[in-house]
Amino acid sequence: MSLVAALGALEIGLVYGLVAIGVFISFRVLNFPDLTVDGSFPLGAAVAAAGILGGIDPYLATLLAVVAGGLSGLVTAFLNIRFGILHLLASILTMTALYSINLRVMGKPNLAIIMEPTVISPFELFGLSGGTIKPIFGFVVVALVGALVAWYLLTDSGLGMRAAGANPRMARAQGVPTAAMTYFGMALSNALVGLAGALFAQMNGFADITMGTGTIVVGLAAVIAGEAILRPKGVVMAVVACIVGSVIYRFAVQFALNAEFIGMNPGDLNLLTAVLVTIALILPGARNPVKALMKKRGQGAPS
Amino acid sequence: MSIRRFALAMAALAAPLVLAGVPANAQEKSVAVTAIVEHPALDAVRDGVRDELEAQGYVPGENLAFTYETAQGNPAIASQIARQFAGENHDVIVPISTPSAQAVLSATDAVPVVFSAVTDPVAARLVGDPDNPKGRVTGVSDLSPVKRQLELIREVMPEAKTVGVLYNPGEANSVKILELLKQYGPEYDFNIVESVSPKSSGVLSATRNLVGKADAVYIPTDNTIISALESAIKVGMDNDLPIFAADTASVPRGAAMALGFDYYDLGRQTGRIVVRILEGEAPSEIPVESVQKTQLAVNPASAKRMGLEIPQAVMDRADEVVEE
Repeated sequence: MSLVAALGALEIGLVYGLVAIGVFISFRVLNFPDLTVDGSFPLGAAVAAAGILGGIDPYLATLLAVVAGGLSGLVTAFLNIRFGILHLLASILTMTALYSINLRVMGKPNLAIIMEPTVISPFELFGLSGGTIKPIFGFVVVALVGALVAWYLLTDSGLGMRAAGANPRMARAQGVPTAAMTYFGMALSNALVGLAGALFAQMNGFADITMGTGTIVVGLAAVIAGEAILRPKGVVMAVVACIVGSVIYRFAVQFALNAEFIGMNPGDLNLLTAVLVTIALILPGARNPVKALMKKRGQGAPS
Repeated sequence: MSIRRFALAMAALAAPLVLAGVPANAQEKSVAVTAIVEHPALDAVRDGVRDELEAQGYVPGENLAFTYETAQGNPAIASQIARQFAGENHDVIVPISTPSAQAVLSATDAVPVVFSAVTDPVAARLVGDPDNPKGRVTGVSDLSPVKRQLELIREVMPEAKTVGVLYNPGEANSVKILELLKQYGPEYDFNIVESVSPKSSGVLSATRNLVGKADAVYIPTDNTIISALESAIKVGMDNDLPIFAADTASVPRGAAMALGFDYYDLGRQTGRIVVRILEGEAPSEIPVESVQKTQLAVNPASAKRMGLEIPQAVMDRADEVVEE
C-alpha cells in the first residue's frame, strides 16, 4: 500500500468517523435504528456543493449542510414520535423522500466542484500537498466534533439522553423529557452525517445522488468494529472507538483493493471487506474464552 | 546462399529495426482502469480498452501492467481506488463513468487521465473545452447521437407528434439526453413528454403512463430503465406503442429499433487514445472524442407487434436485423 493510498484511507476514514459518531448517537445512545443517514449524507454533499456553486462561502455552505442534515433527523423523529411510525420505517420514509429532495437541491444527479473553493482551500497556502492537508483537516474536524459530542454526553442533559435511550420509562419517571431528547439526538446525529457528506464532497470534488447508498452499513460497521477492538467502558472511549473503527474499516477496504495476490478479483471487494470486518468483530471476542480459561485456572490453583 | 537462408538473414537483420520501430514495447507500461460499478456496458468498455491495447502491441501480463478495480457502486470506495492508483506509478489512468473520473481527478494532479463513458465531461468539470483540453485529461464521451435518433424516429413514423421519454431522474446521462431531446425535438416537429421511474420496479407503470400521451417511446442509455426493458416492451406491444432504444443491445431484447453504439467499441476508441499517450503524445493535444462508430439495429417482428412497419429504406441500411 502506497503512502498516497494510506493517507487516502485515513482521510476517508476520518470523514466517515463523523458518520460513525452520528450512527453511535442514534443506534447506541438513543437505541433508534436510523436509516435516514443514507439520505442525509448525500443531502449534506448536495447542499454544500449547490451552495458553493451558487457562490456562497464554503464554510457557510457547510453550515447549511449541517442544518439540512439536522432537519432531516428531526423529520424522522417527528414521524416516529408524533405518529408512532416504527423507527426503522420512519427513517426509511425520510430516506426515500430525501432522494427526491437531493435531486431538487442539486438540480441534476451530479455536481462537480473540483475547481471551486472549499473549506480546505484556505489551508492550501501552507505549502502542503492536498493529500496531506486533507487527512490533517479531517482529523482536526473529527477530533473537535468527537470531543464536543463526548463532552455533551457527559453533561446532565447528555446523561438524560442516554437514559432516554436505555430505559425510556425509567427516564420519564426521573423527569427526563424523552421525546425532546430523541428529537435533539436525531437532529444531532444527522447533522453530523450531513457534515460528513459536505466534507466528503469538498474533499473529492463532487456530489453525486448515489453517494448515500450503504452509509448506514459503513457507519454501523465502524461503530461495531471500534467497540470490538477498543472495548470502551466510558463515553469518551466510545466516541474514540467510532473514529478508530471507521479508519480501520477504510484500511480493510484498502487491503481488499490490494488483494489480487491471494487470487481475489475486483468483484469480491464487498465480500472481502465484510470478511475483514467480521474478523475484527470476532478477534477480541475470541480472546475472551482464553482469558476466561486463564482466570478459571488462576482461581482453581491452590494459593 | 539459398533463398531460405537469405530470407532468414534478412529477417535477423530486420528484427532490431522492427523492435526499434516500437520502442514502447521495450519497457513495461502500466495502465489502471476503474469503474464505478460492474455492469455489462461498463465491463464492455473495460474489455474494449484492454483489447485495443493488446491489438496495438501492449499485451497485459507481458509488456503491460493492466489493473482494474470496481467501486461496486460506492463513491467513497471510488475515491479510495482513485488514491490507490494515484500512489502507484501508472502511465495512464482510465476512469469509466462520471463519479470515478471525478474521484481520480481530485486524487492526482500528475498522471494523464483518459476518461470513458462520461456523458457530459464539461458539466462534470473534467475538461473546460473538449476540443482543446489543455490539462492532463482527455477521453471519450458516451453521449448518444440524439439528433440522428430523432431523425430516424421521424423517418419511420412520419405522422408521430409526441415522443415519450422513459428515464430515471437520478442518472446524469439520461437527464442530459432529455435536455437535448427537448432542445432538438421541435426541429423534427416532436413534442417531448417525460415519464420517470427512479427504480426498475417502476418501469412498467412509467411506460403505461405514456400510453395515450405519446406516439412513440424513446429509451435513453439509462441503467435503471434498461434493466427492466422487458416491462416497457410488453406495454409497447399491448398498446401499439413503438419502443425506440439508444443502445443496440436492447433490440434483440425486443425494442423496435436502435441507433446507437456498442460500449465495446467505445472502449476500443478509448484504448486508441490511451495508446497515443503511452507513445508520448500529451493529453492536452488530444481533443475529447465522441462516439465514432454507430450502429443501426432493427427488430421487424417486434416493431410489427408494436404497430410499426419499418420502411424498406431503413431495413436496407440496418447493420443488424434481429430475426425471431
